[in-house]
Amino acid sequence: MGKPLGILVAFGLAVSLAGCGSEEAPERATGSDGGSPTSGTSSFPVTVEGTNGEVTIDDRPVRIVSLSPTATEDLFAIGAGDQVIAVDDQSNFPPEAPMTDLSGFEPNVEAIAGYQPDLVVFATEPGDLGSSLEALGVTALQLDAAPTLEVAYDQMEQLGLATGHAAEAEALVVDMRSQVDELVAGADPSAGLGFYYELDDTFYSATSKTFIGQLFELLGLENIADAAGKGSGGYPQLSAEYIIQADPDLIFLADTKCCGQSPESVAQRPGWDEIAAVTHGGVVPLDEDVAQRWGPRVVELLGEIAAAAETAEAAAA
Amino acid sequence: MSTHASIVSPRNRATVIGVGVLIAAILAGLLIGPVRIGTVNVFRWLFSFGQAPTGMSEQEALILAELRLPRVIVAGLVGASLATSGAAYQAVFRNPLADPYLLGAAAGAGLGATIAVGYGPAGAIDVTVPIAAFVGALVGVGLAYGLGRSNLGGRAGTSLVLAGVAVASFLTAVQTFLQQQRSETLRQVYTWILGRLGTTGWDDVWLALPSVALAVTTLWIVRRLLDVIEVGDVEAQSLGLNVTRLRLVVVLAASLATAAAVAVAGLIGFVGIIVPHTVRLLVGGSYRSVLPLSVLFGASFLIIVDVLARTVAAPAEIPIGVITALVGAPFFVAVLRRNRRAI
Repeated sequence: MGKPLGILVAFGLAVSLAGCGSEEAPERATGSDGGSPTSGTSSFPVTVEGTNGEVTIDDRPVRIVSLSPTATEDLFAIGAGDQVIAVDDQSNFPPEAPMTDLSGFEPNVEAIAGYQPDLVVFATEPGDLGSSLEALGVTALQLDAAPTLEVAYDQMEQLGLATGHAAEAEALVVDMRSQVDELVAGADPSAGLGFYYELDDTFYSATSKTFIGQLFELLGLENIADAAGKGSGGYPQLSAEYIIQADPDLIFLADTKCCGQSPESVAQRPGWDEIAAVTHGGVVPLDEDVAQRWGPRVVELLGEIAAAAETAEAAAA
Repeated sequence: MSTHASIVSPRNRATVIGVGVLIAAILAGLLIGPVRIGTVNVFRWLFSFGQAPTGMSEQEALILAELRLPRVIVAGLVGASLATSGAAYQAVFRNPLADPYLLGAAAGAGLGATIAVGYGPAGAIDVTVPIAAFVGALVGVGLAYGLGRSNLGGRAGTSLVLAGVAVASFLTAVQTFLQQQRSETLRQVYTWILGRLGTTGWDDVWLALPSVALAVTTLWIVRRLLDVIEVGDVEAQSLGLNVTRLRLVVVLAASLATAAAVAVAGLIGFVGIIVPHTVRLLVGGSYRSVLPLSVLFGASFLIIVDVLARTVAAPAEIPIGVITALVGAPFFVAVLRRNRRAI
């Protein structure tokens, strides 16, 4: 992620121009204009706050297109799944999400408009997706990668407002907060466990300044990438010999899918077999889909990290 | 004695300096890194042939033996390959801007790596990517050579270069298309293309060494003929040289070295242009000197650049391809200006 991906996104500029030939998407969805049965609190029109500024939504959206895997998870978690008609090719959770071949990296405005959406939610903005959609009369809400848990919570609440599920969104956030508090309370920062978080097999990592890094910090774990943080945008590439010398108690692999890494392959790297995490079974494969999103499953991820830390503490004791 | 020395002086002095610089670079590569290891200990480790001497931790010995030493060797092999191939290409194409990637080696390697990452077995990428890149580089050059070979007399070199441009564009387009199909592989392919020595181990040494040794030796043997072909195809032919065959041999050898370099280190630009030209500025244009010195200085240059790559932002790494140009360009301009003043 980080730098390489940022540059890549620039590669993937969508060439599609708005307009030409495509029919105007209907401004208003017909039918089901009244509030949803599950939440009477929301009323339309409503104004929500996205990365692209204030967005006003006139009616309860019933043809939502999500181009962000995180937003897809959020929408389904707050009970707005029924209103979602299409999600992008990376939105693989929950399984019932209507995955299409729409791309969030190289979005094709015409293809998106073809679904006649009344709300498009997206994360990254290569080019000017938002304004292109607005030009077609489609409401577009950008929810960019959350830098902190608080922002992630806020995005869930904004989606709740935008879809008529404000109460459920609020309940979800309250529930997540209490689970996070519980995990943090159960952690023992005095153990001083060091960890290395691996983004790919060339040793890109994430510092405590990143969203994922903050989760580890919450549990009082010490990030070996922080020493390399300056000038890296939060995602430095570490030297192998530094990792070996830092001798972390835990190694978290967020490159099991991308790069086929596993505790076994880590143990086979030259010089790595002496690292405490390798000798004490502290190499933890993570589901990188969960680790790269800032949605409701963050709590699960935090639980996994906490459990691994507990095991490592027991091994060290 | 003194007359003897003055005859051999310029070339031999450069060779002695080249060997000295290479030894210094290798020592720097072993001594300097994000982990501080005592200088005395490193020397004692060297003279005990890799056995950890007393007073040195096992971890330090491990870092030297498994990380720094193979990294220094691979950097040296890659630097020597790129510099020598660049020098040879510049001769047979009579083009000062020719670099080892001229005939589609880079594009072929990039396509090979993309296929391996996107469509190969997920668990074996460490093995499949270098091999696919190696094969891809050779296929790229093979296509360019096959399509561009012609009997245009004096313009045969130009025809090859143009075919290389076409093949490179085509292969890059295929690579971009495949990447769009598998956008989840984008990051990995891109990291690879940026050039890397950060994960180098002994398997990379064994992968690169045979091809590099074969190719560099071949180029070394034909170095005198490069002086002849550089004058012109027609002139060389009139001196009894089989120009077509020589060009084929040189292209084959240089591509083999380039493919090996790309396979273990990704794409590292600039070395193939800057090192041979620096050597020319120092000792003159004859390939009898330029070729051997390109081997020495190419190896030294990349070893030193790699030391910078892992220490400037330590414990973070900087992609080596960024530093070759960042350090190389000003250095090259300095040599160019100094030389001009001397004239």
